[in-house]
Amino acid sequence: MSYLDKDALKVVGTRPIRPDGVDKVTGRANFGADMTMPGMLWGKIKRSPHAHARIVSINTDKALTLPGVKAVTTRADFPDIPPEKRVLGAAPANLWDLSRNCMAKGKVLYEGHAVAAVAAVSPAIAEQALDLIEVEYEVLPHIMDVEAAMAPDAPILHDDIFTAGIEPRPTKPSNIAKVVRFAKGDVEAGFREADVIIERRYTTKPVHQAYIEPHACLVSVAPDGQTTIWSSSQGQFMVRGYTSRIVGADIANIRAIPAEIGGGFGGKTIVYLEPLAYMLSKKSGRPVKMVMNREEVFRATGPTSGAVVEVKIGAKKDGRITAAQTVLKYQSGAFPGSPVQQGCICGLAVYDLPNALTIGYDVLCNRPKVAAYRAPGAPIGSFGVESAMDELAHELGIDPLKLREINGAKNGTKAAHGPTWVNIGYQQTLEATKAHAHLKTSLGPNQGRGIASGYWHNAGGESSAACHVNEDGTVTVTEGHPDIGGSRASMAMMVAEVLGVPFETVRPVVGDTTAIGFSASTGGSRVTFAGGMAVTQAAQKVVEELKKRAAITWDISPDAVEWKDGKAYPAGANAGSFEPLDLTAIAGKSARTGGPISAEVQINAQGQGPGFATHICDVEVDKETGQVKILRYTAIQDVGRAIHPSYVEGQMQGGVAQGVGWALNEEYIYDKDGKLENPGFLDYRVPVASDMPMIETVMVEVPNPRHPFGARGVGEVPIVPPMAAVANAIADAIGVRLRDLPMSPPRVLAALDQVEPMRQAAE
Amino acid sequence: MAKTHVSTIINGEPVEFLCEPQQTLLDVLRDELGLTGSKEGCSSGDCGACTVICDGNMVCSCLMLGAEAEGRSITTVEGVAQGDHLHPVQQKFLEHAALQCGFCTPGFIVAAKALLDENKNPTEEETRYWLAGNLCRCTGYDKIVRAVLDAAAVMRAEAAE
Ligand code: FES
Ligand code: FES
Repeated sequence: MSYLDKDALKVVGTRPIRPDGVDKVTGRANFGADMTMPGMLWGKIKRSPHAHARIVSINTDKALTLPGVKAVTTRADFPDIPPEKRVLGAAPANLWDLSRNCMAKGKVLYEGHAVAAVAAVSPAIAEQALDLIEVEYEVLPHIMDVEAAMAPDAPILHDDIFTAGIEPRPTKPSNIAKVVRFAKGDVEAGFREADVIIERRYTTKPVHQAYIEPHACLVSVAPDGQTTIWSSSQGQFMVRGYTSRIVGADIANIRAIPAEIGGGFGGKTIVYLEPLAYMLSKKSGRPVKMVMNREEVFRATGPTSGAVVEVKIGAKKDGRITAAQTVLKYQSGAFPGSPVQQGCICGLAVYDLPNALTIGYDVLCNRPKVAAYRAPGAPIGSFGVESAMDELAHELGIDPLKLREINGAKNGTKAAHGPTWVNIGYQQTLEATKAHAHLKTSLGPNQGRGIASGYWHNAGGESSAACHVNEDGTVTVTEGHPDIGGSRASMAMMVAEVLGVPFETVRPVVGDTTAIGFSASTGGSRVTFAGGMAVTQAAQKVVEELKKRAAITWDISPDAVEWKDGKAYPAGANAGSFEPLDLTAIAGKSARTGGPISAEVQINAQGQGPGFATHICDVEVDKETGQVKILRYTAIQDVGRAIHPSYVEGQMQGGVAQGVGWALNEEYIYDKDGKLENPGFLDYRVPVASDMPMIETVMVEVPNPRHPFGARGVGEVPIVPPMAAVANAIADAIGVRLRDLPMSPPRVLAALDQVEPMRQAAE
Repeated sequence: MAKTHVSTIINGEPVEFLCEPQQTLLDVLRDELGLTGSKEGCSSGDCGACTVICDGNMVCSCLMLGAEAEGRSITTVEGVAQGDHLHPVQQKFLEHAALQCGFCTPGFIVAAKALLDENKNPTEEETRYWLAGNLCRCTGYDKIVRAVLDAAAVMRAEAAE
C-alpha cells in the first residue's frame, strides 16, 4: 500500500512538536559527554606534534608511575588486521586504515595523529600523564598540497600504495591512491562542435563539519569481555562493528548505546575514541570516558577534502552544451578515501550532456584523514561546474537560469555516470526558481545575484524497525538510526498515519544494538527514506495483526475486517454488524486473541529518489573591506514528500548556512611545518546568526514512487549549490570572478585590485 | 592542591561544592553537580553552548572558574522552566522547530532568555547580534531567530494582560 495521495494524509505533512523536543530545550537530553558510570576514569590522547615522522620509540614508564594513572595504551595493544572494506557508515571504510588512524603504527601521518592514550582518575591527572609519555620521532619531509603530492618526486606517505584504477599496475608507490573515470560519448568531437568553450580552474580548501558537540564516549569492558559503549555517533551499529574489528572483540560482546548526537554531518560515521577507550577500560578494569576538546576535533577528525577542480564546457551559440569535462584532484589526508568519485558524478549529473568525461584523483597528503561531510564530495565538484556554467552563460549572453533550462537533466536523460533518470524533479526546481518573487527584486550598487544548482543521489540500504502496541493501546516504535535532526518525529508520523492514530500516542525510540536489528548509519540522507520505509512496513504488519485480532474477537474471517482511522470495522454488511474496535480495545484483550501485538521488519531499501536543488543568492560586496554580505537567499529543492515540513526546511536552511561558511570564511591554515594554525572557532570562523539573513525555502514535491509516502532524502543536496551561488553573485556584483575558496575579504580585495587598479593607486 | 569550598545559588537553590582551583564553572556544573544541560563545545568562549546567567549577566561558564561562583546567583538551562511550565522561549523553540541536533539549544535558550529579560521588543537585527556568540551548525539560525522573536511577542502579550 502506498500513501502518495497527499490530500488523504492526516499526519504526514503536518508540523507536530518533536517527541524528544522537551528533553532538548530543558537540558535533560543526554549527549556523548553527559554520561557517567561508578568508578569511571578519564582518558586522554597523546598526539603527534609532527606532520610526518617515523616513531622510533615510545616510553610510557614514567606516565604509569604517576599517582592516579590506571592504564596506558599504545599501538602494541592493538591487533594487526587485514585490509577490509566495510560499509557501515556513509562511505566504505577500510578497517586497517581506520585502525591506524585511531592509533598510529610505525609512522605518524599528520599533526594530531594519536600515538598513545592514558586513563586516570581525573582529567587533570590524565593530562599530566600525557607529558610524561616519551616519544622519539625521526621527522620526515611532509606534503600538504594536493598537486605537489601528485608529483613523481613527492615524499610518499605509504610505500605500499600503488595507484589503483590505471593499467598496467604501477611499479612505484604513489600518493595518488586511486584514479576514477566516467565517460559518455566522445568529448573531443563534442568540443570540436562547440562555438564557445570555457576552460577554468577552481580550488577549494579543506573544511570541517564543525558539529558543535566534540566526539565523546564512555566504554566499560568487564573481565569476561562483555562491553558497553555509550557514544555519540551517526550509527551505533557502525560503532559496534568498527570497534569490534579494531580491538579484536566479538560483536555479540558489545552493546553500543546511541547517545543523543550533537551534530555529525558525516563526520561521526567513523570511530576515533571508542577503540582507545575500550583498550584503556580493558587494561584498567574500570569504565573510561573520553571527550575530545575542540582543538583535537580540528587537528585529528574530519574534515572534507581540499581540491583542485578543472572544468571545460563547450556549447553552441544557442546554449546547447556539446561536451563537458572535469578533472578533480581531492585530498584524502593520511589514508585513501576522498569523496572524489561523488564529486565526479554529482557535478555533471545535473545536465543532459551528449559527451562527457570526468576524471578524479584520490590524493594522500599529511593532513587528517578526511571524513564524510554532507553530500561528500559533491559540493566541491559542483562549485567548479556551477561556476563554469555561469561563466559560460555570460560568454554566450544567455541568462544563467535559461542555460540550465536548456541543458538540465530530465526524465529519460542518460547521466554521464550511467543511469537514466526517472522521476526526477530538477526541471521543477527551475520552474519554481523562475516563478519566485526573489528574481523580480532589483539590486543596488555593489550588489549581485547568483544562481546555482546541485544534485545528490541520496541513499537507501539496511534498516530495521519494530512497532509495538502497548497494553493500553499506545504505540512504541523502535528504530536503529540515531536521530540527528528530528527523525524521531518523522518516524512517529509515518506510523501514526498508517495506524490511523494520533501522533502523540506513538513514542519513537532509538534502540541500542541489542534492542533492534542491524541498521546502517544515519547518513547519505537515508533515514527518512530507508528508516521510514521500515517503520511503515512494521506499522502495516501491525495493522494486519490488529485486523486478525478483531476477526478473532468477532469470530469472522480477517478478510472481512477493514482498518480505518485507527479502528477495525466489519467490511461491509455481509461481515456482520459489530461495534468498531480501536487499538485500546484490541490491545486490552490481546492475551485472549494470541498474545502481544508487535512487528519487526528488516529491509535493504532500494529506490531512493535522487535530490536536485536550485538556489538563488543575493550579496553585497563592501569594496573597502572586501566583506561579502548575504542579503537574501532562497533555496528551492525537490524534497519528494515533506514528512515534517519544518524539519525539511531546517535541513535546507542548515545546508545553506554551512555552504555559505565554506564559500566565504572557512579554511584550514597550516604553517610551513604542517601544523594547523587555526584549530578553534575563533580563527576557523563558521557563520553566526549575524552573518545570515532569513533563508527562504521552497519545497517542490515530486513524490518518489519507491517510498510509501514519496519521500526523498533531503539533508545533503542543500549544501551543494551555495558556494557557486555565492561566487556567481559576487561576480555579478563586482564584475570579477573568484575561483578560489574561501572568498574571504583579502581574496575579494585582491580580486578587486585586478579590475580596479586605479583604486589601489588612489589609496 | 587543596580544594576550595564554594557557596552559591544555582537555579534558586543554595548549593555548596568543593572544586579544584583550575576547574571552570562549566566543569563544576557538569562533573561535580550533575547539571549536564550546559554543554561544552569549545571551552574557549567561542561557541556559547555553556551559556549561563550569573547575577543577571550572560556568561560563558567555560570562561569562569568554579571558585568565582562564590556568593553569586547562577541560572542554567535546567532552571529556565518553572516546574512543568516551559519558558516561552522553550515553547517557541519547539513550535518553530528551532533545533535539529539540540546540542546548541541549552546555550541558545539561556542566551535568548537573557536577551528578553533585558529587551522586551528586540528587532531581528538586535536578536541576531545578541545571539552571535552562540554557534549553531544545524539550523542556519532562521528558525532560532523566529522562535526568539515570537517568544518576545508572547511575553509582551502576557505582560499586557
Ligand atoms: S564551551 Fe563555553 S563557549 Fe564553547
Ligand atoms: S541544532 Fe545542532 S548545533 Fe544547533
